[in-house]
Amino acid sequence: MIVLLNGERVELDGPMTVSDLLSRLDIDARTVAVEHNIVVVKRTAFGETLVREGDQIEIVNFVGGG
Amino acid sequence: MDTLTIAGKSFTSRLVVGTGKYSSPSIMVKAHEASGAEMVTVAVRRVKIPSPRGAGESRARQEESLLDYIDTSKYFLLPNTAGCYTADEAVRTARLGREAGLSNWVKLEVIGDERTLFPDTEQLLAATRTLVREGFVVLPYTTDDPVVCRKLEDAGAAAVMPLGAPIGSGLGIQNANNLRIIREFARVPLIVDAGVGTASDAALAMELGADAVLMNTAIAGAQDPVAMAEAMKLAVRAGRLAYLAGRIPRQMYASASSPLEGFVGR
Repeated sequence: MIVLLNGERVELDGPMTVSDLLSRLDIDARTVAVEHNIVVVKRTAFGETLVREGDQIEIVNFVGGG
Repeated sequence: MDTLTIAGKSFTSRLVVGTGKYSSPSIMVKAHEASGAEMVTVAVRRVKIPSPRGAGESRARQEESLLDYIDTSKYFLLPNTAGCYTADEAVRTARLGREAGLSNWVKLEVIGDERTLFPDTEQLLAATRTLVREGFVVLPYTTDDPVVCRKLEDAGAAAVMPLGAPIGSGLGIQNANNLRIIREFARVPLIVDAGVGTASDAALAMELGADAVLMNTAIAGAQDPVAMAEAMKLAVRAGRLAYLAGRIPRQMYASASSPLEGFVGR
């Protein structure tokens, strides 16, 4: 399936949960926030939120800023 | 104790500092310590997406994060919406920041112009209303316009944060009179955010009655950021004391400090 991940089209195999996606990307779930089709996903819901074909995902973290 | 209270949370320090533009994380850590600040701003950005690996493949762990260098038991994190140009973008960013930082505070920025980084106050007000409705503690970065500040306050902002000068410009307080008027109007804390270049700028902001000063570049961009951080701590404290002490009125002519009688040989 193709998803729009941080603005980039990315090919992934099959529907997967947000937890699976983060683990596939080697991203520590405790350090990021995730938006799924414009709605923020609570960290506690990462394991049950399914990412499907055509979904729009944003994964963010904190960086230096003023 | 002279504490700063915003939305029921008290701070001893009246200096809020940023985490951007430092030449190294260790200098940032030392500068934060020297500043005495208790609240630091952070930005919310997309993580770099590595190419996904197949199941079973392994890879080195992800890059270190900013939070590896900020002791969140000592510093209260204030996520910003820097770089957002619409209310929608800012609201989305604020929601993500809340989830990443687990606090409902946000430094709300909605920029209206790329060169000056001046706020789009119309979008800022719209975003403030939405986020207040969602239970956020909204600290909006705004122009030094008393009317806009009043509207933000009416919209439920927990503080107003007018600029002293454009972000990162180091020009110092450009319109002291506006800040004085905002001081008179405001019933929420007034934080001068942006434009400070050196310690006297921070002291002036506080002498004008600001409740706090927020800065990043003035410290991070100084030749010695750690020394500048200490200078800013002292300046904010000095300015605050001077404001509370009440300065003498300005007058055109001299007023002698020594007695006008008993002169020798007269």
